[in-house]
Amino acid sequence: MPAMTLTEKILAKHAKTDFVEPGQNIWIDVDILMTHDVCGPGTIGVFKKHFGKAAKVWDPKKIVIIPDHYIFTADKMANRNIDVLREFSKEQNLPYYYDVGTESYKGVCHIALPEEGHTRPGEVLLGTDSHTCTAGAFGEFATGIGNTDAGFVMGTGNLWLKVPPTMRFVFEGTLPPYLMAKDLILAVIGDIGCDGATYKAMEFDGPGVFALNMEERMTLCNMVIEAGGKNGVIAPDKVTLDFIDSKNKHKVPYTPVYTDPDAKFIYEKVYDISKLQPVLAKPHSPDNKAFVSEVKGTKLDRAYIGSCTGGKMTDFRAAAKIMHGHSVKIDTFVVPATTEVARGLKTEKMHGKTLEQIFLDAGAKMGEASCAACLGGPSDTFGRLNQAIRCISTTNRNFPGRMGHKEAEVFLASPLTVAASAITGMITDPREYLA
Amino acid sequence: MSKIPNEITGKAYVLGDNVDTDQIIPAEYLTFNPAIPEEYKQFGKYALSSVPPAQSGLPKGNIPFHTDDEFVSPYTFIVAGKNFGCGSSREHAPVALDAAGIKVVIAEFYARIFFRNAVNGGYLVPFECSARLCDKVCTGDELKLDVLNCKLHNLTTNEIYPLNPLGEIAPILNAGGIFAYAKQVGMLKS
Repeated sequence: MPAMTLTEKILAKHAKTDFVEPGQNIWIDVDILMTHDVCGPGTIGVFKKHFGKAAKVWDPKKIVIIPDHYIFTADKMANRNIDVLREFSKEQNLPYYYDVGTESYKGVCHIALPEEGHTRPGEVLLGTDSHTCTAGAFGEFATGIGNTDAGFVMGTGNLWLKVPPTMRFVFEGTLPPYLMAKDLILAVIGDIGCDGATYKAMEFDGPGVFALNMEERMTLCNMVIEAGGKNGVIAPDKVTLDFIDSKNKHKVPYTPVYTDPDAKFIYEKVYDISKLQPVLAKPHSPDNKAFVSEVKGTKLDRAYIGSCTGGKMTDFRAAAKIMHGHSVKIDTFVVPATTEVARGLKTEKMHGKTLEQIFLDAGAKMGEASCAACLGGPSDTFGRLNQAIRCISTTNRNFPGRMGHKEAEVFLASPLTVAASAITGMITDPREYLA
Repeated sequence: MSKIPNEITGKAYVLGDNVDTDQIIPAEYLTFNPAIPEEYKQFGKYALSSVPPAQSGLPKGNIPFHTDDEFVSPYTFIVAGKNFGCGSSREHAPVALDAAGIKVVIAEFYARIFFRNAVNGGYLVPFECSARLCDKVCTGDELKLDVLNCKLHNLTTNEIYPLNPLGEIAPILNAGGIFAYAKQVGMLKS
């Protein structure tokens, strides 16, 4: 059998064949289909149109619906869309619907999926959101699809896919305390461009990756879409398996898969991460890379810490470490990705204070778990850029209009850099605040 | 959409590189449900509404795609540069272009989710061209596309540009999208 990469092996198994190669079109079996409030109603519409009003989904246990985008808004259409999800989940008896306004409400789907035990090594996860690639951190094939594809999967459990070639990024060395996974992925995107991995898988490898915790690995895989990547993936190790087993309350069996030693990569790049400096992306593209030191002193109007990319416990620990004992100079918005993270902010302590208290004492505004202003959203969205202002953010995209106003400027950076910049009101190197 | 017509004519609207889905349809309008026909039309009204004015209607720029109260634009073709449709997976992006009357996009290449959505939903035909047509075609030029021979005739300048063959997506587009195609190949019962 010719050697295969991790991505190729997962796809071969799900196409019920021994071998696939890049460029091949295959029909695959899907393990989990995820959708949310922005794309769920359209997906349900496609499903009903093609399979009939009385049709049943292919497997209720394999469909996960997590409303997260437009939750805390007075927008009637947005609220109507949640009603559509609620009715559909009831009609189809879906066990994994995390309803708004209930104890089960979660927040950002990509963080909620692993928290609720829906991510497993070796599986195929498709979701109606481009950041579905986040789950590649658990050693599975995860990618974003549209409503039509999702409607098809909902009825059949299958989809055609083209097998992507794999690019490998090897991180050597030890990550310095002033860097985070966000710096690494911004460096990669800046190097290969926002089309550098189009149609391709991005596998992260090397001791620098395996030294990261799960949340940081998720940040790496989360932003592969910003380089055009089809999926990002990290081989499962003990850290992965311990995490999965602690969350696998549904006791679903799984089989980890690994890249063969002599598998072929279409591209390979090695980084010595011990020598990297803090990185950011300037407006208006995630590949518009600069070192923080090159643009430090740039005046800012707002700081934003949140989203699937930068709203996890690790992100808030980093921000709190910098913000503790300081006051913010600009409007600073803190939005936990999920309700579980929000509870963590209220319980986990640093220097005798909860993380939430550190943010509040610094003068930041706390929001509720959701996607919030990462993608703008309705005009009453918490933290949305309603004017042409300049913001530094831990989120994932800074295309024109992404966070609201189309003339607003967004700099993307790590939680350490965003927190340091919030304190000074200008772009600031976090090394200045890390003793 | 059903079978692709053999010939498509109309005006071109020209854009640059990396036109992402937030520019094609800003997130604040994603509250409309494309599965409801009256709401589908709304996407046409807001199509391309977040493209910065200087990048709208190249080479001059500052040419609006349509006026604020119009649901359909006067253009049939989008001609763009690299990586068209990058960013989010929102199918509302090809929906918005379709609702605004766009039949064909010609770009150097596409971001893959936009490409899949355009093809599998059967909303429009995404042609690729190795040459950088967004530097050759001007907004408002009259174009005639010979679909079978993959030739684009610019009637305004009388230039002819070869486009890349549609290849493996042709049968899906000709079937009218993934559902019809899956029935043809036996992956879905008729």
